[in-house]
Amino acid sequence: MVEVSETKQKIKFYQTGTLTAGNRLLDEGHRSVQATIDRSNSLDSGHRACQGCGEALGARYAIDAAMRATNNQLIAANATGCLEVFTTPYPETAWSIPWIHSLFGNAAAVAGGIAAAMKAKGREDVRVIAQGGDGGTTDIGFGCMSGMFDRNDDVLYICYNNQAYMNTGVQRSSATPGAARTATTMPVGEEPGNEFGTGKNMPLIAMAHQIPYVATASVHDLHDLEHKVTKAMSFHGSRYIEIYVPCPLGWGSKPGQTITIARLAVETGMFPLFEAENGNLVGVTKIRHQQPVEEYLKLQRRFAHVFKKGNESQLEALQVIADNNIERFDLMSRGKR
Amino acid sequence: MLEQIEGSHAVAKAIALSRPEVISAYPITPQTHIVEDLGTMVKAGEIENCQFMLVESEFGALSACIGSSAAGARSYTATSSQGMLFMMEAVYNASGMGLPIVMTVGNRAIGAPINIWNDWSDSMSARDSGWLQLFAENNQESVDVHIQAFRLAEELSMPVMVCMDGFILTHAYAQVDIPDQAQVDEFLPPFQPRQVLDPAAPLSMGAMVGPEAFTEVRYLAHHKQVEALEIIPKQATEFEAIFGRDSGGLIKSFEADGAETVVVTMGSVIGTMKEVLAGMREDGISIGALTIRSFRPFPREALREALKDAKRVIVFEKSVAVGMGGIVAMNLRTALQDFPILVHSVIGGLGGRPITRDNLRRMFEKGIRDQLDEPHFHDIHMDVVNREIEREKAECRSGAVAENILNDVGVVAAAKAI
Amino acid sequence: MFQVRIHGRGGQGVVSAAEMLSVAAFEEGKHSQAVPSFGSERMGAPVVAYVRIDNKEIELREPVLEPDLLIVQDPTLFSAIDVFAGLREDGYLLVNTSKSMEDLGIAETADKLPAGHVAAISATELAIRHLRRPTPNTVLLGAFTAMSDIVKIESLFKAIERKFPGKVGELNIAAAQAAYSAAKSG
Repeated sequence: MVEVSETKQKIKFYQTGTLTAGNRLLDEGHRSVQATIDRSNSLDSGHRACQGCGEALGARYAIDAAMRATNNQLIAANATGCLEVFTTPYPETAWSIPWIHSLFGNAAAVAGGIAAAMKAKGREDVRVIAQGGDGGTTDIGFGCMSGMFDRNDDVLYICYNNQAYMNTGVQRSSATPGAARTATTMPVGEEPGNEFGTGKNMPLIAMAHQIPYVATASVHDLHDLEHKVTKAMSFHGSRYIEIYVPCPLGWGSKPGQTITIARLAVETGMFPLFEAENGNLVGVTKIRHQQPVEEYLKLQRRFAHVFKKGNESQLEALQVIADNNIERFDLMSRGKR
Repeated sequence: MLEQIEGSHAVAKAIALSRPEVISAYPITPQTHIVEDLGTMVKAGEIENCQFMLVESEFGALSACIGSSAAGARSYTATSSQGMLFMMEAVYNASGMGLPIVMTVGNRAIGAPINIWNDWSDSMSARDSGWLQLFAENNQESVDVHIQAFRLAEELSMPVMVCMDGFILTHAYAQVDIPDQAQVDEFLPPFQPRQVLDPAAPLSMGAMVGPEAFTEVRYLAHHKQVEALEIIPKQATEFEAIFGRDSGGLIKSFEADGAETVVVTMGSVIGTMKEVLAGMREDGISIGALTIRSFRPFPREALREALKDAKRVIVFEKSVAVGMGGIVAMNLRTALQDFPILVHSVIGGLGGRPITRDNLRRMFEKGIRDQLDEPHFHDIHMDVVNREIEREKAECRSGAVAENILNDVGVVAAAKAI
Repeated sequence: MFQVRIHGRGGQGVVSAAEMLSVAAFEEGKHSQAVPSFGSERMGAPVVAYVRIDNKEIELREPVLEPDLLIVQDPTLFSAIDVFAGLREDGYLLVNTSKSMEDLGIAETADKLPAGHVAAISATELAIRHLRRPTPNTVLLGAFTAMSDIVKIESLFKAIERKFPGKVGELNIAAAQAAYSAAKSG
């Protein structure tokens, strides 16, 4: 039996194996946006994402949830990256919403400009989303995003975090975890893979800007993702949601295991799910059964070297990161947060 | 209404009169007074339906305008020098997407070495981007050309930069006729975007274009500038009809008609040149001048027509393509390549070097005798240059060039003189 | 054309002085151009500003090389730069100082100028008395309007009012008036 978090609904289901609550078992009002006939299909079929792409899944759910929450009055600004490239392969577009791609590093500023235009025109019913991958967000887009947060522009920024520059061939970004193999952090030398002790935690940085709402989500729990996007759209001002999106190509994982890996990231503590408002933590998703990091790592070839003899310290270091997250966000205790 | 007003303040008023909807602002000398004024006006409620964004960088400033313009709002920003370079990716993006943003460039030198004074290197760095580039001669023209720029940009659906010499115009107090709102409204209709982000009619902007179509898209951008060659004079005529002033247009003649030697330049330096040239004419020399007001599109036909009977041209510009020579000179030489005409290239005023009647006269005297080297660096102190060249020959660790020269001509030299 | 060069240091209101002088000329229906020449905004750095006044449009953009009027707001500049460069033989010289021209070491230059064209004014002190701030610019301009008819004191008052509305303007006008009266009485 599974008890779904108190903040959403008090329903109990019989689960077998997958822990996923199917839409058809829910009340209409509680079903995922994707389950309704009049879903917007903002990201329509025909896009060129890889099989098993976590980003395509996350984007579709996130944007449709936002469309529903805004009565379809939505404009999106997209950074250069996988999402932009696989959704607009010349001469087609998979977007059925007003959508602009400007540059790699400026999605947040472009979105801020769109929001300002809507305000100038007295059309604040039209809401704005900026979206990009981790590269476009935590690295090259950092300045513009920090500026957007500073101004508290009325924009929801969604970061699809697949932990590297995937579109250009899997290079390390400041969201790449320690030990991970990328084209610029190869598993060679004394410290194979990405260096430990580097990197940025973008959700925490967003919280430090004390913007109205910050949340993390993962594509294994799409109800939670939709709920957070919907909630975000109820705020005005700057909001940030980071969605954990496995990339089979970049991570060396099986396309059919995207959901499993996304769940394990959360259940090991590697990717905590939480919400914050104005810089203060207001909610976390507790871990039901903590999984050891090996369960998560062994499904991804980008961590294969971690299991080789001599690299035990890397495995330990990753477990420490997971344990630290669990402690920091209090992901295990049973009491109310 | 006539006002004695600082150039920047006058420009801010012109922008305000143009009914902007989104203004983004990042400070950089010498455009700061423009955005400061606009910010105060918006905050005080003096500009209706306008949002003022304080951004984190010039890249953010132009990017915000890209978003707002794409969403159908009349958008404006200003920059200079380093700021232009910092936003360069966005500069090409704006013109590539055909967004009618208007931007003031308070012309300032680009470093290193860091220099806050006037020259045209910032505008020149964007000359291939597809933006239209209009140069103002004085504070009145700065006001008038900004108003025309919005209409030009929106008619073409292309961004326009209005270039005014930093400090010389931005910080100069002069008499300017500030138009009234009714006049501006008559000239400048509300913005009707060619493409717009609108939930009622969704579209995707900024998609990738492959080899199959990129050439055509680029050609169309070029074509728009060719169209602008017709539109710019037409709008200048309409402007004159409403405001009573000849401002804007492609080129302007200062007794160039029938002159044997024609000086070609841009921006404010013509003000100082006029007196010199008048004096030379009084001494019997056949000499006049032309200013290029629209540098992009380059007014090839207008210049050919104006210079068809001239024997020689002296191009005077505050820009240089390092390793090659004068930029305006190269553009002009290309336009006149089949003419039996000598084009001298003079590069002056770099980094704010004062241009005086005296040093202009001396240079023109050489010019009319075809005695100028190629390119000719106006008012250069070759002794300083040669000393540095000797230093570099003498030892490997000769030191940083700029610092060496400063030591040579600056503080150390002054102290020694005392 | 009447050309003015104002020397001072950052923070002493050199640029404002140029602005006000040009506005005063404008108030009399004249054409006027005022241009600052300075480096990065910094208190204490040498600042120069130029003003040109004429009955027709002024298009000249070069620095003022042969001033008809030289205003020196800070005498410590004498040792730093060639303040007097190009000063015309029939030009005016105003120096903000409580010392004599001899004590400043510039008597030779000052004596070459026509009578009534030179004034040493304790502008900083007068400013402190009227404004409670050591900004000598309006005082010096007030004194100048007594020495020449290029610009009338009433026009200067209008320029001051435009620049400094309210109490600050009133105090500056009083300071300028005081300087004017002192200069008139010799």
